Amino acid sequence: MAKIKMSKKSTSIDMTAMCDVAFLLLTFFILTATAKQQEPLPVDTPSSTVKTKLPETDLATITIGKDVNAKDSISIFFGVTGRDVRKRTLELMAQKYKLSFSEEEMEQFALIESFGVPVQNLSQIIAMKSSDRNKPGFQPGIPADSTDNQLKEWIYNARIATSEIADKDLNFAIKGDAKQEYPSVKKVMDMLQDQKVNQFDLVTGLRGKDY
Amino acid sequence: MAELNTESGGDKGGKVRSKKSNAKVDLTAMVDLAFLLITFFMLTTSLSKPQAMNLGLPDKGDEKTDEKDIKVDQKRTMTILLGDDNKIKWFHGLLEAPEPNGKPTDATYGKNGIRKELVKRVKSVAEYCASKQGSKPGDGLIVIIKPSKKSTYRNIVDILDEMAITDVPTYAIVNDFTPEEKKLIEEK
Repeated sequence: MAKIKMSKKSTSIDMTAMCDVAFLLLTFFILTATAKQQEPLPVDTPSSTVKTKLPETDLATITIGKDVNAKDSISIFFGVTGRDVRKRTLELMAQKYKLSFSEEEMEQFALIESFGVPVQNLSQIIAMKSSDRNKPGFQPGIPADSTDNQLKEWIYNARIATSEIADKDLNFAIKGDAKQEYPSVKKVMDMLQDQKVNQFDLVTGLRGKDY
Repeated sequence: MAELNTESGGDKGGKVRSKKSNAKVDLTAMVDLAFLLITFFMLTTSLSKPQAMNLGLPDKGDEKTDEKDIKVDQKRTMTILLGDDNKIKWFHGLLEAPEPNGKPTDATYGKNGIRKELVKRVKSVAEYCASKQGSKPGDGLIVIIKPSKKSTYRNIVDILDEMAITDVPTYAIVNDFTPEEKKLIEEK
């Protein structure tokens, strides 16, 4: 009888190719992941069970948080997505407030995610390093009183800039601190409504299922 | 582990041989690590996007329209007053003449608070509307949310979230308080 020979195969598998693929994917994900930027105004957003995501482009975010320096007052930060839109918005703001920004400053401004200073002090902020600029409590917030309503102008000009460049309507997101009292949020909503922006998003965190 | 011993058996003859080190490196641990990191980056890139709640408000419109005030059945309206310290007062119908079981009551946010009342009323009002003559399909409970000056942003988001969870057909945020409602929300 012929003996059946069991061929002994090595149990080791060549992992090289698998390793290659794994690292290729890893590199891809690391590079596409957007690094979380430090926020100049940290806010604790309330959570909700709603699962819709924010749009990624043509979005202006208005952050409403507590003023670190002064008690019982709020500070408002403004930011818009897209570098071209930011630049154009600054141009329009400069025209409105009769200020001038150099080309270099415009380029620098296009990199700033969100800011909270009166437009007159903007050049100072632009000249700073982002780590210094984004220290909590350093930027006082955009004036939004009835005497000097710069926030309204920012909103208005950002909308114009978006429609000029992207030919789209600008979406608005309100990112409020959970402990903020309602009138301060209402003030911003009213400002948007005065410009006939009646649809906007409220940024929230994710809440557990069994809430 | 995955690599079996491929070295040849013990040396015979006592000759001094330079030891041939195995050219293969065990990549298992490295692949494990790589996949762990991939998983991490994959999940964080899609999950880190902030959530958002869409809110549409009615047009303010300065210009006067000829619209007549639409009369709404008081049995369909439920008013929720948001007070300070995360307190809620609610009533069903008119404040002066509330519906049965609809007198002004305190409530809390969450599963065991206002949600129970909302679910109950969404159901009962939908049945009431279906049985009533002359009502359009889709008519149901109307919730009027009145946030007081002392209520927080968290309260607003929480109550809007409740609206989404309980599928309230119509709801609105109203900022005008009648003197009676003001008294109600300010009393302890």
